[in-house]
Amino acid sequence: MSKLAFRNTRDGYGLVAIVFHWALAVLILGQIGLGLVMMRIADQRLAFDLIQWHKSLGLLLLLLIALRLTWRLLNPQPRPPASLRRWERCASASVHLLLYAVFLALPFTGWALVSASVLGIPTLVFGLFLLPHLPVGVSEAGESFWRILHHLLAYTAIVLVAGHALAALRHHLILKDGVLKRMLRPARRTKP
Amino acid sequence: MKMRTAFVAALLLFLASPRAVAAPSLSEAAGSYVIVPSQSVLAFAVPAVSGPGIKGRFARFEGTVDIPADSVEAARLTITIYPESVTTGQKRVDDFLKSDAVFDTRNERAIVFRSARVHRTGEDVATIEGNLTARGRTFRETFRARLADSRRGSLRFHVQGKVFRSRYGMDVGTPIYSNVVDFDMDLSVRRR
Repeated sequence: MSKLAFRNTRDGYGLVAIVFHWALAVLILGQIGLGLVMMRIADQRLAFDLIQWHKSLGLLLLLLIALRLTWRLLNPQPRPPASLRRWERCASASVHLLLYAVFLALPFTGWALVSASVLGIPTLVFGLFLLPHLPVGVSEAGESFWRILHHLLAYTAIVLVAGHALAALRHHLILKDGVLKRMLRPARRTKP
Repeated sequence: MKMRTAFVAALLLFLASPRAVAAPSLSEAAGSYVIVPSQSVLAFAVPAVSGPGIKGRFARFEGTVDIPADSVEAARLTITIYPESVTTGQKRVDDFLKSDAVFDTRNERAIVFRSARVHRTGEDVATIEGNLTARGRTFRETFRARLADSRRGSLRFHVQGKVFRSRYGMDVGTPIYSNVVDFDMDLSVRRR
């Protein structure tokens, strides 16, 4: 008799890690799409509303990523498949590390961009509460700096997410080593 | 001769003293006037949930004021504002205000106020009710006017009022930015 594991085991991911992974995947893809659309849309009224959603989602992502990172640190990591070569393990670990770093830095640079903006537009998160500005200098130059950094990180994130997804598909379709399945089906714990 | 010069100087000083330029009653101001834009200020402010909000003014406007001798309450005020001339000191905000999200200056050339009724509420103060037309929508609005100054065929009015922008399809940014626009105008008029 075995039950779904909430925590990770050495053989697979627990339910909490899987929910975190897919919830963040959906939110991140939505956030990237939102970011790309809101900068290109001609309808200024819609653009303003989309930017406010982008800011609110950014804060939500920051919280979820921090929670996920905490959960990861408190849980054992499933063993990589034995068939993986050394460079593949290094690449996998590097991409995961970069994903965490970029997705933690992205909301902060967005927050800094909003805080440095000479427009001084307040952030009312999901219309519920006011997010204070970060203590950064308000100037055209500062705003421009944070915008460039935010955009660079966003495009880096797109490349990393694409690489991550392609690697998962390679595991599933070519290597058939069950790596993707581990992120679809929670590990089971055997009742003593 | 010296005595005569001193008397004329004293008389000029007396005429130039605050007592001489004190605001006269509205009934003494009867006549037909035209607004002098170069000596007038048509300012507005939109408060935000935090920070300075948006403060701006219109550089181009024109209008007339007619005050009958027999009844101040029959006075008529017409102002035409050209929103293309809006300025906030921040070009990006100006462009946004001119866009389809707010004034839509590509399609809407003017904002017009035509008074319908004047209620005298004091010796030099009155409320002005009238129809404000913006973006093809017309609503009744009320402004408070005070006759602030009068000199040789010219008057200066201080006019204040609050307008709900959502009525005119300009509610973009609420509730981050207030739905209420505070108008604060100094209108100098010259007798025609």
